[in-house]
Amino acid sequence: MQADSLAIDNSAVYSGVKAVSEVKNIKKFRIYDFFFKKTIGLFAILFVILLLGIFITLLLRSIPSIQAFGLSYYTTTTWNPVENQFGSLPFLTGTIVTSFIALIITIPFSLSISLFLGEYFRKGFFSNFLRNAVELMGGIPSVIYGFWGLFFLVPIMRSFEEKMGMPPLGIGIFTTSLLLFIMIIPYSASLGREVITMVPQNLKEGALALGATKFELIKSVIVPYARSGIFAGILLALGRALGETMAVTMVIGNKNALPTSLFGPANTMASVIANEFTEAVGDVYLSSLVQIALLLFVVTTVISIIGKQIINRFGKV
Amino acid sequence: MKKSLFISIFTILVSVSLFTGCGKSDKEEPVKELLGAGATFPYPLYSKMFDEYNKSKQIKINYQSIGSGGGIQQLTSKTVDFGASDAFLSDEQISKFPAPVVHIPTCLGAVVITYNLEGNPTLKFTPDIISDIYMGKIKNWNDEKITKLNPDVKLPSKEINVVHRSDGSGTTFVFSTYLTRVSDEWKKSVGAGTSINWPVGLGGKGNEGVSGLVNQTPGSIGYVELIYALQNKLPMGTLQNKSGNFIVPSLKSTNAAANSTIPDDTRISLTNSDAADGYPIVSFTWILLYKEQKYDNRSEAKAKAVVNLIWWMTHEGQQYNEALSYATLTPEAVKKVETNLKSITYDGKPILQ
Repeated sequence: MQADSLAIDNSAVYSGVKAVSEVKNIKKFRIYDFFFKKTIGLFAILFVILLLGIFITLLLRSIPSIQAFGLSYYTTTTWNPVENQFGSLPFLTGTIVTSFIALIITIPFSLSISLFLGEYFRKGFFSNFLRNAVELMGGIPSVIYGFWGLFFLVPIMRSFEEKMGMPPLGIGIFTTSLLLFIMIIPYSASLGREVITMVPQNLKEGALALGATKFELIKSVIVPYARSGIFAGILLALGRALGETMAVTMVIGNKNALPTSLFGPANTMASVIANEFTEAVGDVYLSSLVQIALLLFVVTTVISIIGKQIINRFGKV
Repeated sequence: MKKSLFISIFTILVSVSLFTGCGKSDKEEPVKELLGAGATFPYPLYSKMFDEYNKSKQIKINYQSIGSGGGIQQLTSKTVDFGASDAFLSDEQISKFPAPVVHIPTCLGAVVITYNLEGNPTLKFTPDIISDIYMGKIKNWNDEKITKLNPDVKLPSKEINVVHRSDGSGTTFVFSTYLTRVSDEWKKSVGAGTSINWPVGLGGKGNEGVSGLVNQTPGSIGYVELIYALQNKLPMGTLQNKSGNFIVPSLKSTNAAANSTIPDDTRISLTNSDAADGYPIVSFTWILLYKEQKYDNRSEAKAKAVVNLIWWMTHEGQQYNEALSYATLTPEAVKKVETNLKSITYDGKPILQ
């Protein structure tokens, strides 16, 4: 009895001493916590400021062009550096058309890859190999895709066009869309796969217990549950396609006019900036190019916002 | 322990940045480095020249081939010692500079017509045919105008696939200037510039882009630098010049084109020159620098170094031109160069005596 109470007393004293020293430490840790929170908050805000800064810089540098053309800049189709007449409609059209065609082709393929790797072959050598191969494709620089497109895809398109009786150019909007589709698949497929693997096991088991076939399981449980993640992956892929520069500029034909056919040449916003910026001389010319950059920035932002809204409204189960 | 680690890293960073901030003033030291930027066309030649200059004079020249437009911009903002441009400055561009600028031509380049036809025949072209093709008026290879000029070549009934440059370039400037000189309609409807509104055709980025497209698409026609065509063994068209002779593009015919009067400030396009055996699409490429070299803390030593460099480039340096397929300056051009170099002053006094 005596020993027990002594032990109790000792531990009480010990914990009391510990408590006193912990009070001293708590103050220090509170300060550390405060600074840590403020620091990471600062980094986050810095990033937003950077984004605003980019927007403001683009806006300021476009002022000569905005003053010269006003709103007609967005409806004019001529791009004439000699007479200083500029309009962004051909490039806006080119960007939107190539990106959305690429997206439409991507959706079934990336959904297939996500389901295949996320549901059917989740583990094993083949699954790992395929998964790594897809993710590796996402890391290949776009210039390399451009070269591959120019030397491999373009001749194939050319012989296809010849067979169909169209002018055998090989380069053009459809070739660009195909190349973009190959480039953006890794983004949507990876993200889609991640989300599909996160579907809770008990939900799937419940569906299977109720007699669902594999297809019904996918249709009714997995895809609805993973919908927002799949949309987010598709949005990411679209964002990449909109801004893609080097690969597009090699296979699109660089024709600064409205595209007349799906297999004809065109030009995109990123491509025209990459091509003409270094040699542009003259206030109006330079600021017109900057205004195209501003337009690209705004278009990407707007599409991101719309995409987020879609995810919020339709992505929830 | 962690605190002292942070403090020591911070101190090191601060002292390193302070050290790198020093040492920029070059008032009393001998000149070790010069900065230049601009044209991409003469970059291989300048590379070789600067390398040789460094070996003999121990001065390193840092040249960035960011394009003629970039060179002009950098010279305007005085961040480089000299700029380089494939196109001479227009009057409007000269007015944008804060001080007068001197043009020094360093070599000659030519633009050739290349094409992709079965059997690689050597085709003859007249200026009218070229301008009509590029305006979209002549659409087929077996058009009367082309077949009449080349009776011994079997031209297929193929649509002409026109290729031009998608990026702004001195090559386009030279080619379009030539077209404005030989075709009034081109002059009215399209004009000349480093970047123009092409009536027809696909764009390729750089000489490589154009030749790649031409190479890959049968029935294409495009324009590239002579050097590029020679080194890649591309088929070249024979072009009729102002005197009516059909000239094969070569270094010799490029040189011959410069045998015409050159104005004192050397701002002339040599396209469609009067020279009887000169190739018609030829141009100088220029180095630009300020006439008055005392600006913004520039030392006299630096001004002397730049002028001496350019003197060397246009005299002893010309020995490296031919091996790299660039044409050398003609004696008359060199005379104008010398006059212009001698007009460069430091604080009012001419640098070269």
